[in-house]
Amino acid sequence: MTTPHATPRATTEGTVYTVTGGDWDEVVESAVKSDDERIIVNMGPQHPSTHGVLRLILEIDGETVTEARCGIGYLHTGIEKNLEFRNWTQGTTFVTRMDYLTPFFNETAYCLGVEKLLGIEDQIPDRATVLRVLLMELNRISSHLVCIATGGMELGATTIMIYGFRDRELVLDLFELITGLRMNHAFVRPGGLAQDLPPGAVDQLREFVKTMKKNLPEYDKLATGNPIFKARMQDVGYLDLTGCMALGATGPVLRSAGLPHDLRKTDPYCGYENYEFDVPTADSCDSYGRFLIRLEEMRQSLRIVEQCIDRLAPGPVMVADKKIAWPAQLALGPDGLGNSLDHIKKIMGTSMEALIHHFKLVTEGFRVPAGQAYTAVESPKGELGVHVVSDGGTRPYRVHFRDPSFTNLQAMAAMCEGGQVADVIVAVASIDPVMGGVDR
Amino acid sequence: MSDQESGAGAVPAPRDEHGEVIGVRKGMFGADNGGDTSGYGGLIRTVTLPGATSRPYGGWFDEVADELEGALEEQGLLPGNAIEKTVVDRDELTFHIAREHLTTVARTLRDDPALRFELCTGVSGVHFPGDKGRELHAVYHLRSITHGRLIRLEVSAPDDDRHIPSLVAVYPTNDWHERETYDFFGLIFDGHPALTRIMMPDDWQGFPQRKDYPLGGIAIEYKGAQIPAPDQRRSYS
Repeated sequence: MTTPHATPRATTEGTVYTVTGGDWDEVVESAVKSDDERIIVNMGPQHPSTHGVLRLILEIDGETVTEARCGIGYLHTGIEKNLEFRNWTQGTTFVTRMDYLTPFFNETAYCLGVEKLLGIEDQIPDRATVLRVLLMELNRISSHLVCIATGGMELGATTIMIYGFRDRELVLDLFELITGLRMNHAFVRPGGLAQDLPPGAVDQLREFVKTMKKNLPEYDKLATGNPIFKARMQDVGYLDLTGCMALGATGPVLRSAGLPHDLRKTDPYCGYENYEFDVPTADSCDSYGRFLIRLEEMRQSLRIVEQCIDRLAPGPVMVADKKIAWPAQLALGPDGLGNSLDHIKKIMGTSMEALIHHFKLVTEGFRVPAGQAYTAVESPKGELGVHVVSDGGTRPYRVHFRDPSFTNLQAMAAMCEGGQVADVIVAVASIDPVMGGVDR
Repeated sequence: MSDQESGAGAVPAPRDEHGEVIGVRKGMFGADNGGDTSGYGGLIRTVTLPGATSRPYGGWFDEVADELEGALEEQGLLPGNAIEKTVVDRDELTFHIAREHLTTVARTLRDDPALRFELCTGVSGVHFPGDKGRELHAVYHLRSITHGRLIRLEVSAPDDDRHIPSLVAVYPTNDWHERETYDFFGLIFDGHPALTRIMMPDDWQGFPQRKDYPLGGIAIEYKGAQIPAPDQRRSYS
């Protein structure tokens, strides 16, 4: 049978139908006629609910998924390879683009690794560390908001999608104010930060906390007790603690199985041991539990943001060692943020040594003693680990990112097999994979 | 950073007498000896990674090492055969494991109640073309949630026999990680259920993260000047 919507084509694997927006009846009809009841559905890589370019290959029997597999790699951009051809500071510009919803986590994890190799962890100024925590927690809120928003949209709950993106916009406005960019910031640098807070940022941060405290309960009102929402989410995407440990799942997926494992508590970095916050868990092991955890984590992040604002003391945001610290100072000119004119005047007009120093550090970069280090941060998706290897040169020898989305996505088969086709979407959404991070 | 490494122009002294030499870098700024008047072409720098550490390792490192050695002995395996060397560097503990014993060591680390490294954070490959006979390294980071510890296992394979046993049976999470390392380095993980490419297309030739694989790229003209491709630019390493 031939229709414009579903043209059959004989292959060695059986008849293949390419469905192009038509109705499925033709396909089902033909499938009924054939003896083989097994249908393999290829979902993606351009399906709107696959979070980027994820390809799902589902073997279905009626409405039941009997086997599910992922095809990834469509967004592989070779960032790890590219890093080996840039200096250590340029690296942040690349890593911020990996998981584009969590740029500050990528940057901080990478910079912590470089700083560990340099052995300057103790010299990072307090203000830089507090600001890193502040930015990471704001970023956690924006990442969870996208997860909840797109997750809701995939269920057909467009209101929650609009709410989520509305509030994420508030966070992105703050990012734009502080770093100049909404994403791809490259703001966290080895040794500290690129820039201090602009004037008025603290007031805006306080204003944001106030607004978010008002907005967050709306998600509860809209979704938490909503019977349709619960019916779609509860007992869907089930993965118990054994499954999580075996598959290396971390983040909300692991915490929804009841284990309060959070690197901010168990292996603190950036001074997280000095902040007061709770690690929410659920014992339902399902998508609904992960949704509740994300909501609660946003509240806890707000608590940390408040503590960060209170802790901000004046001081430098870059390490004092001039052999590492970026020499250029940024200043706001009539045409936007750029090199400070005073700095240009100094290096071009008065100090030859300063010019040489600037030139060497910017073109050549600093040397990092040979060795390897592993640093990990708790990203909104789970353990984001960075394995950095140096050969003593001005470029990374090897940088490997253990992206939580990549590892957690392996659990997709365990969550979906035996369930309904419609639940695949919910289960994948509850993992919150971002293909930029998965494929790197 | 000590003084001797800070200046790029200074002649770097060897960092560690007992370190592991993984390569020698010659010249700088891409200058070779022929016609080079800068003198940088004659620079020779030995790349040395931190070498084996002797006891005590400090902190809980000794406890983990003792437990691991004891547990291996109980299984009739000489610890000296399985653990090639132990390196403590930058507050991190690394066990270099002989590849034929990797599965046993990993299983012991996971199952022994005093060790209990229940979470593997995957495998990262590193290619050292200058480390003759041990060119390809596979690096595993194991986390113990029970004890709050993190250790590193490092396994190496020569380039002409790129085989390392798979850890998927011990840590199923390594399924995709091993496929990724195979895809990028050509390391073959024996016993992996389906070792296929994961990031690159199935028919891709070569293994992109190896050091002998070029980055590629094209030169770009910007305001009249030619900017060479990233891998053709001046290198200071």
